Parts: sequence; structure tokens; C-alpha cells
Amino acid sequence: MAQVHLENVTVRFGSAKSNQITALQNLDLVIPEEQFAVIVGPSGCGKSSALDLVAGLNRATEGRVTLGSTVIEKPGSERGMVPQNYSLFPWLTVQKNVEYGLALKNVPNAERTERASHYVDAVGLTKFRKAYPSQLSGGMKQRVAIARALAVNPEVLLMDEPFGALDSQTRSVMQELLLKIWQQERKTVLFITHDIDEALYLGDVVYVMSARPGRIIDTVHVGIERPRDYSVTTSSEFVDLKKRIMSSLHAEVDKALAMT
Amino acid sequence: MATLSFMDRYLTPKLAIPKKVEMGAGIVVAGSILALWMLVSYTGYASKDFLPSPTDVWTSFNDKASDGSLRKHIGVSLTEIYLGFFLSSIIAVPIGIFMGGFKIVQSALEPLVNFMRYLPVTSMIPLLILWIGIGLEEKIAVIFLGTFFQQIVMVSDVARGVQADLFNVSYTLGATRGQIVTRVLVPATLSGVMDTLRVTMGWAWTFLVVAELVASNAGLGYMILQSMRGLDPAGIFVGIFVIGFLGLITDLAFKWVKRMILPWENVGK
Repeated sequence: MAQVHLENVTVRFGSAKSNQITALQNLDLVIPEEQFAVIVGPSGCGKSSALDLVAGLNRATEGRVTLGSTVIEKPGSERGMVPQNYSLFPWLTVQKNVEYGLALKNVPNAERTERASHYVDAVGLTKFRKAYPSQLSGGMKQRVAIARALAVNPEVLLMDEPFGALDSQTRSVMQELLLKIWQQERKTVLFITHDIDEALYLGDVVYVMSARPGRIIDTVHVGIERPRDYSVTTSSEFVDLKKRIMSSLHAEVDKALAMT
Repeated sequence: MATLSFMDRYLTPKLAIPKKVEMGAGIVVAGSILALWMLVSYTGYASKDFLPSPTDVWTSFNDKASDGSLRKHIGVSLTEIYLGFFLSSIIAVPIGIFMGGFKIVQSALEPLVNFMRYLPVTSMIPLLILWIGIGLEEKIAVIFLGTFFQQIVMVSDVARGVQADLFNVSYTLGATRGQIVTRVLVPATLSGVMDTLRVTMGWAWTFLVVAELVASNAGLGYMILQSMRGLDPAGIFVGIFVIGFLGLITDLAFKWVKRMILPWENVGK
């Protein structure tokens, strides 16, 4: 079972005691299989550190992270990542970027092309198959990054503020696209954002994180029925949940500002 | 629209100027220099032994071209420079990539490389002549020593500049350490490596000509030196122009190769 469990995790940066920064403090978080989990919090609260732990790009100072029964110690293709800055390979076409993970595994050419094409189509970039990343807009680049992560069929999809750099119109289009794909693929998702609307619109559960050191200060179960479209963002249920998160975050943002 | 003054139009930083003016400016500068040269040489203001006229240079070029000596000297110089440059590049580029990609390689090599690259290769020419003579091998050695350490440093800077995010995302897609090198580090440095090669090729020409001027029995530098001994400034001009022309062709070739092997660099521009 592909359940993600951050078990009482603490992350500190810096070696000398005096200038050590505690990014995460005793964080305990279970993300059940196929759940769309969102962590929302002020910038610099350590939410990306939590994601890096699951990705295996960083190790916990204390505690451990597991996927099913396996302890996560390094990155692996069962945990796909969609970074904020897209990180596409500029020397590869859209199609080849999406095929990249399959090429690493020496998947036969025909199958590689077929699977990658499926996801290129799914994110609506059929016409841009042969384009290079430099020819694409931000939203299109992020579509490629999503298709690239999905093509290797990961159990968990890790998304680090993936739409943070996009303009608000493009962002809402991307959110709808992501939900549509997620309805079909049903992955376990850990999504990081500082945008409360985005968190509530996308997530089954929204974890509200405190300013550094990051702890979960509220767990919000979003009962809004799926499939969702953008009209839910004005429903009373949505607005109530938003108020609740805003009030818990408000104090945290003040704290975060005081630290910098 | 209000008319812009000359100051507004041409002396505002970064402001675009009309296409005609853009092209004209280059022609005017180059043309003026040529005109000045013609003026002082054809009028006899400068003596023939001091400054040859364009006609003198052209005649000298034709003489050297028809008796086959120019082709021989060009052949010798090109052989020397391409062999020296090729040998240097084929070793320096991988070392530079590893130095930029792996901290341990950087720590091991950086002190030595930084010491070596500040030693002017020209100061080593006498030693190289004592050790290996004045033939092809010595010229190759000069070009190699002159470009090798510079290339290592420049390529390692390029490799160090590769975004860590590209490595991270590759790991999450299942890349092994080896694949990170072959599928991320190397392709990500290609463009910068091509630029490094293009720049260091220019320096290689300088080292070559200096080496040939010091001691040689063939090559364009040798031809220039012989012209000086024969009090033939026109011959010197021929040598200089030919080197400039070959450099220009090499540079265009680099640009062309870069376009061929890095198609993603030229899209959408």
C-alpha cells in the first residue's frame, strides 16, 4: 500500500549549534493512498523541506519517512516530482522530455513513444510535441513537467508550488487540468502551496503549517464533492474553510515576517 | 510625433537605431581606415618601406599564392594549430566537466590548474625549443600548454553552473549517478563548451604565431618574419591579413557547428 508517512520528523540545517535552523519540528503526517494532500503555509515555513524528504532529496535529522513499508533514503521513480521552476531539459523536445524517465529505464522505443505520447496528449500539448522548452510559455512548460512525472507511472506525485510562477488565469486552467488528470490517474499527491484557494480547490485534506520551525497547526478535511469546477470556490463551505485557514495562517505570517 | 534631437536618437543607451544607420556605421568606420591607408600610401606621404599600399599588398599576395609558398605556410600553420587545439580540447573538456561536476576533482586539480594557467606559455617557448626542437611537435606543445589549462577552468565554470534542479528532477525520474553525468551534466554543458572552444581557438592563433616568430622553418609566422628580414612590409601585411581571414573562417565554422549540434539554441529566436 502506497501510504506516505512522515514519522515524527525533524529537519535542521547547519552544523554549528549556534546558527542551526530548524526547518521542521516533530512533524507527523500520514497521507493515505490516492489522497490529494496539500500543505499550505507562509513562505520559508519548511513546507518544501517536507516535500524534499518524501522525494528523498534530503534526509530527516530525526524521525523517518516511509512509503508503504519502505523507508525512504534516496530519490526514486516511484515518487515523481514537479518542481516550481519546471526544470525541463532544454536540449530535449517536449516529447523527449516526457520520454526521459522511460529512457533512463531502457523501456523499448515503441512503448516509450506510446506512453509519452499519451501523456503529452493528456496535458494538451499534442501540437507542441517537437517544440523545445524555450519555445513554450510558463504554463506549457509546467504541463510538460507534469507529463514527464506521470509518464514513469509513480505511486506518489510531489508538487512543489508548481503553479506559483504562473499568472492567475493560467494557474486556474492548470488547476483544472491537474484535477482532471488526477481523476483518471488517482495518484497519491503531496502538493505544496501558499495559495489557500488553490489548496482548498485541489485537496482532500489541507494541512496548515506554522512558520519556522514548521509544524502542522491545523488539518482541514475538504468535504467538497468531486469532480469540482471553479464554481465551488464561491460556495459557502469553501468560504468558511478559507476563513478558518486564513485566521490560523494570519498569526503565522506575522511570525514569519518577524524572523526575516 | 515630436522630432528627436540627434542626442536623443543616437546617444540614449540601448535605444534601437534605424537599420540603415546600423549598417552604415560599420561601413563608415572600416571605410575610413581603408581610405586613410590609401591616402597616406598612394600619395607617398608614407614611404613604401614603411607602409605598403593596398596594391603592393595585393601584388605580394599574388606572388606568394602563385609560387605555392603561401599555401605551404598556411598548410603548416593549420596543421599545427588544429593538432594542438584538438589534443588540448579532447583532454581538457572532459577534465573540466568532471572538475565542475565533482567537488573532489575540483579540490584535487584546482590549485595546480590555477597555478599553471597564470604561467605565460610564451615564457616556456625557449624551454620547449631546448627540449623538443623547433618543428611541429614544439608548436603543438606551445598551443597545447597555452589553451589546455584555460579550457579546463572555463569548462569547469560552465559545468559548475548547471542547475542542481536538473539533477534532482532526474534522480526523481530514476536516474543513476552515471546517467546523471551522461544525460544531464554533459548535454547541459555542451553550449558553454562550444563557446569556450571558440574563444580559446582565438588565443591558440596568437600562441602559434608567437611560437613561429621565435623559431621555426615554416608557417605564417615564419613567413612574416622572413618578410621583415627582407624589408618587405607588404609580405608582413599579407601574413597578417591571411591569419585574420583564417580566424574569421574558423569562427564562422564554430558558429555553424554549434547551430548544427545544438538545434535547441536557435529555436524561437
